[in-house]
Amino acid sequence: MLNMINSSRSFNRVQSFIQQGTIKARAFVFVAVFFASCEKRESKVDRATREGILLLANGGEPKALDPHLVSSVGDSNILRALFEGLVTYDPTSDSVHAPGVAESWVPNADFSEWTFHLRNDAKWSNGDTVTAADFVYSYNRILHPDMAAPYASMLFFLKNGEAFNKGKITNFAEVGVKAVDPHTLVCTLEDPAPYFPDVVKHTTWLPIHGPTLEKFGKMTDHFTNWQKPGNHVSNGAFQLDDWKINAHVKVRRNPHYWDTANVKPNGINFLPIDNIYTEERAFRGGLIHYTYSLPSNMIEWYEKNQPEVLQIETYAGIYFLRCNTTKAPTNNVNFRKALAHAIDQEVIVKYVTRGGQKPASGFTPPSEGGYQPPNQIKFDPELARKYLKEAGYKSGADVPSFTILINTSEAHKAIAEAIQDMWKKHLGIKNVDLGNQEWKVFQQTIQDIKYDVARAGWIADYADPSTFLNMWKTGDSNNQTGWSNPEYDRLLKESAQLSKAEERYAKMFEAEKVLLNDSPVLPIYWYTRVYLISPDIENWNPLILDNHPYKHIGLRKGASTK
Amino acid sequence: METVRFMAWRFLQSLFALFCIITITFFLARAIPGSPFLDEKAVPAHLIDLMKAKYGTDQPLQIQYLRKIKSLLSGDLGPSYGNKGFTVNEIISQSWPVSALIGTVGLALALSIGIPIGVLAAANANTRIDYTLMTLAMAGICLPTFVIGPLLAKWLALEWKWLDVAGFENSTAWILASLTLGLYYSAYIARLTRGSMLDVLSRDFIRTATAKGVSRMAVLFKHAFRGGISPVVAYLGPALASIIAGSFVVESIFGLPGLGQHFVKAVTNRDYPLIEGTVTLLATLVLIMNFIVDMVQVWLDPRSTLKS
Repeated sequence: MLNMINSSRSFNRVQSFIQQGTIKARAFVFVAVFFASCEKRESKVDRATREGILLLANGGEPKALDPHLVSSVGDSNILRALFEGLVTYDPTSDSVHAPGVAESWVPNADFSEWTFHLRNDAKWSNGDTVTAADFVYSYNRILHPDMAAPYASMLFFLKNGEAFNKGKITNFAEVGVKAVDPHTLVCTLEDPAPYFPDVVKHTTWLPIHGPTLEKFGKMTDHFTNWQKPGNHVSNGAFQLDDWKINAHVKVRRNPHYWDTANVKPNGINFLPIDNIYTEERAFRGGLIHYTYSLPSNMIEWYEKNQPEVLQIETYAGIYFLRCNTTKAPTNNVNFRKALAHAIDQEVIVKYVTRGGQKPASGFTPPSEGGYQPPNQIKFDPELARKYLKEAGYKSGADVPSFTILINTSEAHKAIAEAIQDMWKKHLGIKNVDLGNQEWKVFQQTIQDIKYDVARAGWIADYADPSTFLNMWKTGDSNNQTGWSNPEYDRLLKESAQLSKAEERYAKMFEAEKVLLNDSPVLPIYWYTRVYLISPDIENWNPLILDNHPYKHIGLRKGASTK
Repeated sequence: METVRFMAWRFLQSLFALFCIITITFFLARAIPGSPFLDEKAVPAHLIDLMKAKYGTDQPLQIQYLRKIKSLLSGDLGPSYGNKGFTVNEIISQSWPVSALIGTVGLALALSIGIPIGVLAAANANTRIDYTLMTLAMAGICLPTFVIGPLLAKWLALEWKWLDVAGFENSTAWILASLTLGLYYSAYIARLTRGSMLDVLSRDFIRTATAKGVSRMAVLFKHAFRGGISPVVAYLGPALASIIAGSFVVESIFGLPGLGQHFVKAVTNRDYPLIEGTVTLLATLVLIMNFIVDMVQVWLDPRSTLKS
């Protein structure tokens, strides 16, 4: 009964409200206020800029926040914010070595032993001091056979690192890393490496905090709670604040960091958006400062309409095809050369990929003022046909059928179709098929060398040509073509003994010529990074390895004017 | 008594079905070629062997299976191979509420749009109203979510700025996701409702009611409606289960951290524990929903009995 009275009362109130003459005016005011509030609402990006928080799209969800369990580029971006290695990245150039935990470092005469002098004020995010022993502990962990770290091979630079990882020796003391005192670390290498400071910048060489790790499990456990927010301890400019799967990884300023006074952002939110169209919409909708990539069909629109947010930069990576050198027809070197010279790379970058990529005339991407690869692979249909004859085929029609294998993706398919067409047109090869396999199946096929020709990509781990050339050494796990040339192995080994950059580069140049002459790989193009970036971000410079040290990145409304 | 016996019987049936699903999933997942330990940058063979040993995938399948069943019985779905910071239990408990919210709101929208449209079309069968509504519904069924989603994103978020275009935390993008799902399902529900309403409206008891002078509204809602929405309810069970288990497409379009993406990514990563976890959850939901639907249908249509 009471309810009825109440409801009839409110009904009356509504009725009288409707009968008032001002109803239209009220509705109008309400609607106007609603829309005005929509219009004026501060966008997420504006708010983040004001608060000094970088909002970065970061591709997919990170596999882990443990430097010894990851291998992808996106994962290493987050780890670079959380941790700091001996040497770290410079915001302006990849060839500059910024001091990290190490204040200084000196090699011996032949670059086979490096002494790192650690700063006294380097601290973990819980206040503990970072010591040389922490680095020894970390390198023991990643190399330990029980750890089974997927990217342990990055530490095979250390003397006996590989032997320890393979269980051939069991005493870690025999591995080439020693803490001479709490602030002096000595690394003894398997082969001399004048570029060693470049190597130790890599994610796999970051230190971890042993006591934290062992609070939650054994040293070599993969699944413990040490990576959880609140438990995670790191030594970089930022510390972990929150991690929700597929939602975000939030890092905030680490108050114990030795250089915290010079850390510009207050924090970074890494957002795992793996749909490239979604991240572009998120950028347009004012939700992120930076996209991880940009769909190639949108490049033209941004060039025309919003060039101030579009970035196209050289990136140290190569798109290429692997040839199976263990079976016909690709076991014939002249046939492979015919294929290499019949690919019109210019057409592919201009009409298929459309992201400003450079046709690859060699394998290693050229670096400004550094290593220049041999200018050897060029589109030349005449030469290609000559090689085809030398391979013993009167015409392309005689070539037995073979398949270009790709992992399932529209982008790879478009490139493979273009190449298939070029081989038909310039060499008359009729029997080229396209095959596609799901990602993990594809990886297995490549590893087992059960393909004819297959697409591949490679991104530099560190700023030295050896990151592109070492993989073609006999038996390297990334070779996967069956190709082997003692001359190549010898030249690379010799190059590792040379301390002067020019002499080393000259030897590597010779080695790369051997590689290109044998053509187990067909270079297509050198990568670019294409992405969108907010004008609020300052001090973000093009870097060929794309490893930005976030502590230098500033945020100011409308800061950068391109 | 009969009800209790029916429920107990159905419960046992469901349990058996669940056990079969878990077993089949376990062996199917491991039958897919490729390994969870492969990576774009080649992992040396000795490290792959070490990882297999560490994760126990080097053991014979039957031993792995027994271990799995044992851990499932204790409610532990195991660690995720692809997301090494999380257990499968944590992934599900973080992601499922997101999907459940989007799905429930989406389905509520679908019902509140679809059923009235279906009834309206049936009440005006073969008139212009009917044709217009059914053409719209047909268009709705033909437009997949990956077309509706970006369209809604473009207009509601980017042009008119009413809602956020992506994200979940402090974000309104989930409404767009619900709307996308709601529109898609409402089209199907509208057609289903129209069909079965027409069927009921042509029955003798409706004609009798009309002849007796019962008003058109009363005929529609009092006499025809209960029987008319019976097929919708039957459809709703499995639909609700799959809609609240998440949608890969919709979550991907709006960058939402729901469960739907894990169904796909778990397979791509060969993340066996996560595959098993997500499938077990979906199967349980479907079984529960089917059970509820059976009960509701008996209530809706007194002629059907628990035995049938």
